Amino acid sequence: MLISCPYCGPRDVAEFIYQGDANRVRPNPMSQDIGAWNEYIYDRLNIAGDQNEFWLHSGGCRSHLFVVRNTLTHKISHVSLARDRLAPAAGAAPLKAAAPARMPAAKRVAKPAPKTAKSRGAK
Amino acid sequence: MAEYSAFALLRNALTGNRDWKPAWRKPEPKPEYDVIVIGGGGHGLSTAYYLAKEHGITNVAVLERGYLGSGNVGRNTTAVRSNYMMPESIRFYEHSMKMWENLSHDLNYNVMFSQRGVLNLGHSPAQLDDFAKRGNAMRHLGADAVLMTPAEIKKLMPIIDISASARFPVLGGLMQWRAGTARHDAVAWGYARGADRRGVDILENCEVTGFLKDGDRVVGVTTSRGEIRAKKVAVAVAGSTGHVMRMAGIDRLPIESHVLQAFVSESLKPILDTVVTFGMGHFYVSQSDKGGLVYGGDIDGYNSYAQRGSLQIVEDVQSEMVALFPSLAPVRVLRSWGGVCDMSMDGSPIITTGPLPGMYLNCGWCYGGFKATPASGFAFAYTIAKDRPHDINAPMTLDRFYRGAVIDDKGQGATPRLH
Repeated sequence: MLISCPYCGPRDVAEFIYQGDANRVRPNPMSQDIGAWNEYIYDRLNIAGDQNEFWLHSGGCRSHLFVVRNTLTHKISHVSLARDRLAPAAGAAPLKAAAPARMPAAKRVAKPAPKTAKSRGAK
Repeated sequence: MAEYSAFALLRNALTGNRDWKPAWRKPEPKPEYDVIVIGGGGHGLSTAYYLAKEHGITNVAVLERGYLGSGNVGRNTTAVRSNYMMPESIRFYEHSMKMWENLSHDLNYNVMFSQRGVLNLGHSPAQLDDFAKRGNAMRHLGADAVLMTPAEIKKLMPIIDISASARFPVLGGLMQWRAGTARHDAVAWGYARGADRRGVDILENCEVTGFLKDGDRVVGVTTSRGEIRAKKVAVAVAGSTGHVMRMAGIDRLPIESHVLQAFVSESLKPILDTVVTFGMGHFYVSQSDKGGLVYGGDIDGYNSYAQRGSLQIVEDVQSEMVALFPSLAPVRVLRSWGGVCDMSMDGSPIITTGPLPGMYLNCGWCYGGFKATPASGFAFAYTIAKDRPHDINAPMTLDRFYRGAVIDDKGQGATPRLH
């Protein structure tokens, strides 16, 4: 499996460390909503198909990457820097397919949390 | 049920083998059952067997997407052990070990359970201290464990290098003598036959495509062979847990599906009559009765539903084998394959009622489900029949993560690729 790092180009998967499901949304740090924290830490979508995920290019530029990868075929359809993960970049079409309305961020974040907490998400 | 007795063998040998009965029937699905078990792997079949045997519930169907035993029950490296440290784990897996010791008799089917011992090698004083602690925890709860010295290990396993010049010198090991291996296909076939003879319908090539619901309550499934209703629907589908539960409307679970690879070498003369694990990496090996070395290591480390793995793990596993046994460097790999494991967030399984009414869930086996096959089926059948967990699976709930009552033997936290 090759991952095309935006800085380094296509590199072997052995250079990367998997950082898991990128659909999770970290609650506001001040949040005392145990359900939201439980969901963030323990629950996963575990999709059979195109999945949003984070990888760290630990053996290269050390960038955190946002990758859309098919868990059935291992085909990678999108790579960007993690900070750009919500940008509707070209080729990010599977983003919508992979992360449908299942992201219950809005209803889970505790009430006092500002809206920005969900739009920035996990870093 | 002495179907394969010496007398039957002789009689059939003399009469052209026309008199054998298939080990299980190929029935058509009935419109309704008392219990549907989704998943015809080891755990699904043992669940059906114990539902019939222990609880008298025989109006049961086991639904299998492919052919029986095509998943992880035929893909694992066959090790059976109970060398854990957390009390919940030791109790559960030791219960399983006791069932293994009588399984061939119970099923009247030779599962070739061989108590050849499982030895964890230690390469540092700290590791040996940790082994002593784990061994004591095991003995405290009735499992067996002994610490072995390098000289004893050398006597047991002449191919090992115990000198100080070894790449990773062996300082000792933790041995569980009652642990060992079993013939994994025979386990599936034995349970299937036992369940079938008690009236359970085993429906192969029957893929679940959706769940029938009455409000929130699960009342059956739609399948590639039609609609089947049931009072209780049990899910035991290992790596496909996320996929199947999504059909029931459960989007999120504390599970990630990862692929684990296994390898078999060409046949060798007998060189290794125990199961060995390497302490300076993640590698385990045993020798099968056919002579092939059966071995494996880490999971690939990223979510996958593909039953095949990546090359860097192939290289990693082979290099660990050669680091431990340099003499095995010229041995050729015969075949390798992958199986999809349901990695849980604390490395321990989930056997529980719910999460929906009318539904029962058995998952989270990580890559250690084979040794649990008897106890998993036993506990899951109890949970289904009585609507409450057995003592041995009472801690293995779905909400233990929320409550902070995780059973994390390795202390890795919610990082499934490290369990």
